[in-house]
Amino acid sequence: MLNFLFRKLLMIVPTFLGVTIITFALVHMIPGDPVAIMAGERGLSPERHAQMMAQLGLDRPLWQQYLDFLWRLMHGDLGQSLVTHNAILSEFMSRFPATLELSVCALIFAIGLGIPLGVIAGIKRGSIIDHGVMGTALTGYSMPIFWWGLLLIILFSGILGWTPVSGRLSSSFWIDTPTHFMLIDTLLSDAPGAFMDAVRHLILPAVCLGTIPLAVIARMTRSSILEVLGEDYIRTARAKGLAPWRIIAVHALRNAMIPVTTVIGLQIGLLFAGAILTETIFSWPGIGKWLIDSVSRRDYPALQGGILLIATMVMIVNLVVDLLYGLINPRIRHQAE
Amino acid sequence: MTNTGFSRLALAGAVMLATAGTAQAKMLTYCSEGSPEGFNPQHYTTGTTFDASSQTIYNRLVDFKPGTTELQPSLAESWEVSNDGRTVTFHLRHGVKFQSTDYFTPSREFNADDVLYSFNRQLDADHPWHDINGSYEYFAGMGLPDLIDHIEKVDDYTVKFHLTRSSAPFLADMAMDFASILSKEYADQLMEAGNPEQMNQQPIGTGPFEFAGYQQDAYIRYRANPDYWRGKAPLDRLVFSITPDASVRLQKLKANECQIMAYPNPADLGELKNNQDITMKSAPGLNTGYLFFNTTEAPFDKPEVRQALSMAVNRQAIIDSIYKGAGTVANNPIPPTIWSYDESTQPIPYDPEKARALLEEAGVSDLSTDIWAMPVQRPYNPNARRMAEMIQADWQKIGVDAKIVSYEWGEYLRRLKEGEAQTGLMGWTGDNGDPDNFLATLLSCDAAKDGSNYAKWCYEPYDKVVTEAQSINDRDQRIQLYEKAQSIFRDQLPWMPIAHSVVYMPMSSSVTGYTIQPTGSHDFYGVDLKD
Repeated sequence: MLNFLFRKLLMIVPTFLGVTIITFALVHMIPGDPVAIMAGERGLSPERHAQMMAQLGLDRPLWQQYLDFLWRLMHGDLGQSLVTHNAILSEFMSRFPATLELSVCALIFAIGLGIPLGVIAGIKRGSIIDHGVMGTALTGYSMPIFWWGLLLIILFSGILGWTPVSGRLSSSFWIDTPTHFMLIDTLLSDAPGAFMDAVRHLILPAVCLGTIPLAVIARMTRSSILEVLGEDYIRTARAKGLAPWRIIAVHALRNAMIPVTTVIGLQIGLLFAGAILTETIFSWPGIGKWLIDSVSRRDYPALQGGILLIATMVMIVNLVVDLLYGLINPRIRHQAE
Repeated sequence: MTNTGFSRLALAGAVMLATAGTAQAKMLTYCSEGSPEGFNPQHYTTGTTFDASSQTIYNRLVDFKPGTTELQPSLAESWEVSNDGRTVTFHLRHGVKFQSTDYFTPSREFNADDVLYSFNRQLDADHPWHDINGSYEYFAGMGLPDLIDHIEKVDDYTVKFHLTRSSAPFLADMAMDFASILSKEYADQLMEAGNPEQMNQQPIGTGPFEFAGYQQDAYIRYRANPDYWRGKAPLDRLVFSITPDASVRLQKLKANECQIMAYPNPADLGELKNNQDITMKSAPGLNTGYLFFNTTEAPFDKPEVRQALSMAVNRQAIIDSIYKGAGTVANNPIPPTIWSYDESTQPIPYDPEKARALLEEAGVSDLSTDIWAMPVQRPYNPNARRMAEMIQADWQKIGVDAKIVSYEWGEYLRRLKEGEAQTGLMGWTGDNGDPDNFLATLLSCDAAKDGSNYAKWCYEPYDKVVTEAQSINDRDQRIQLYEKAQSIFRDQLPWMPIAHSVVYMPMSSSVTGYTIQPTGSHDFYGVDLKD
C-alpha cells in the first residue's frame, strides 16, 4: 500500500510541472496586455506604456518571467495581483471557501439523488421509471448551465418566490465571516435566522451546478448495476435465498460503485469548471467569478496562481480517488502490490 | 380563516412592522455591477471603483452639483483664480470631521495638510507614499503632472495651486474622483504601524458614508457618517450587493432584494417601464459614440468624402435597432449635457442620393475600405459589431465596399493609435463635464500626435479655437469659442457622430431623492425610502 501511494505521489511532480508550463503559456497567449486594458479609450503614450510594463516586470523575455514565476513558486510565493496588489494566495483563500461550499453541496445533491435514481432505474430496467429517469438525466446533461441557472431563478425566485435570487446571504444580515464558509459563519454568529437564510441561498446554485454530475452519476450507476446484476455471485446470493434488498445494497451496489467512484472523481474537476459559470449567474463570490475578472483585466499573476491552485486541488482529488479504489476493492490494492 | 380573523392578523402584522421600523435602521441595497479594484480612487480609472469609494466615502475640493456638470463648493468653500490664470487659491471649509470607525479615530479636523498629502503623493515621485499601492493613471492621463508646478500651504485653511500655464478645465479636474481628499493623519498612523497598504482596503474620508465591510464579489457595507458636514444622510445603512449579470440584477430588484439597480439590459427596458412597483429614471449620458475617418489617408483627407459617407448612413435606424431607444442621434462631438453644446448645428441628413453625387464630385469611385468594430460593449456603444454591419450595408448602397475588422480590445486600441484603420467605431465617456475634455482631448493636433485623436485630424483653424478656449477663464467667452469649434467640426466631419446613450436607473417605487449624475457616477446621499 505504501509503495502504491509513493508511486502515485511521484507521478504528481511531472504533472505539476506540466501544469505550470501550460498555465503560464496559456495566460500569456491571451492577446492584449494589462496596461493597455487599464488605459482604455484614453490610451497611453508608448513611453508611458513601456514604463508601466517594465514596472510590472512584463517587459522581460517570457522564459525569464516563467523561471522567475517557478522560483517564487518554490518559495511558496504566488505573487501579487496586478490590479488590487493583494497577495494571490490571500485573494484565493478568501474566495475558495465559497466555491468549496457550493461544490460540496452540489456534489451531495448529485450523489444523494444520482445513486438511488440510478439503482432504481437499473433494477426496473425498461420500465416507465427507467425511461423517465434516463430521459431526465439526458435533458439535465444537455442543458447549458447559464440558461439553466437563469431558468431556475426566474421560476423559483421570480414567479414562485421560494428562494432568494442570488448571493450568499441577505444584505440585512451584517455578520462577520471569519471562516468564509457561510454555513459555519452564520452558525457562529448570533443573528437569528441567518443560518436558514444561508441555506436558502445555497439551494438554487447547488442544484444548478449539481445537475450535470447528477445526470452522469445516475447513468453510470444504472449501467454499472445492470452489469453487476448479471454476475454469477449475484445468482449465488439469490440462490441462497438472501433478501432482495440485501443483494442490491450489499452485494451489487458495493461492486457497482467502482466505476461510479471514478466518475465522481472526474466530476470534481468538471465541477470547478461549472462553478465558474454558476458563480457568475448567482453572484457567488468564489474563484470562478474571480478568474473571469482576471481574464478580462489580464491579471496574469492572479490567473496563473488561481489555475495552478485549482489544478493542484484536482490532482489531490484524483489521488484520493485512486486510494479509495483500494479501499472499495481489495483486488486493485493487491494488484498494486 | 374568517374575514375578521384575517384582518386582526393583518393589524397585528402592521403593528409589528411599525415597531420594527422604528427600531430597525433604514437600509438601502443597491445592485451594483462589479467589485471595486480598491478603495483609494487615486489609483483607478473605472466607475465601479469610484462609486464604491470616491462617491460614498470621500469629498473633493469642489464637487459636481447633483444632476449637472456644474461645479459647487465642497471641501473648498470658495476659490479664486489669479489674473494670469496660473495661480488658483482654495479657501478650505472649517469644522469638517473625518470619519471615526473601529480602525481609526481622528484627533483633528480636515485642513490644508490633507490636501497637500492627497495631491503631493500623486505629483511628487519622491513622496514616501508615491509608490504604495500602485500608480496614478487618471491623474497622469489628465495631464496634471505637467500642469501643476507645486502646491503651497498658505495657512491651515488656504491652499494655492501654482500652475505652469493658464488652464480653464483645471477646476473641473478638481471635481474628478482621483482628486478625492484623504486623511493625512490616518496615513501617518498607517505608515507608523507599517501597513500603508491598508489605505486602499480600509478607507477614511469626509464623505456621507463610512466604510463598514467588504467581501470581494459579494457585498460592500456602509454606515451613514453621523458627522457629515452637509448633514447626516437619510439612510442609516447602504449595501452594495455585487451582481455582475444584468438579468439577475433585474430579478433581484423585482424580488426587492435590492431597491436600485445599475445598467439594465436595453432589451428589458420595455418590461420595466410597465412594472407598477418599479420607477425608471433616465438621463442623457455624458458620452458620444462615433465613426472616425482616418484623415491622413486618401480619400478620407477630403471633407466632401467624409460628408458623403456620413450622409449615406441611416443613423436613426442604428438608434432604433441597437440602442433600442436608450440613445439619441448625435450631431455634435459633445453630448447635450455639456455646457456650450450648440443647439443650432444642422443635423447630418440621411440622403444616399446626395452622398453618391458628392462622392462623384470628389472624383471617388469604386472605393473599398474598412470599418473597425470594437469587440466589447461600451456605454456609448452596446453592439459595435452589429453597428458596423449596418454601416457596411448602407455604404454598399452608394457603391462603397467595406470590410469589417475587429481585434481583442487592448490590441484594437493599440492598432488604432498607430493609425492602422481607415474608418472605425470609437467613443468617449466624459471625465469632468468640461467641453475641453471632448473638443480638445479628442480632436486637437496634440491629441493627433500622441493621444486619443483617432481620426488623426489636425486642422489648424479648429485647433486654434480650442487651444484659445483652454486658456480663458471667462465662461461666456469660452462658450462662444466652443460653438465656433462645433461649427468647424460640422463642416469638416473628421468623425460621423452617431449617438449619445441614455442612462436608465430602475428603482423600487419606495425610493425617493435619487438623481442620475451625468458623469455616470452613482450617488446615494439624499436618497431615502418611503415607509
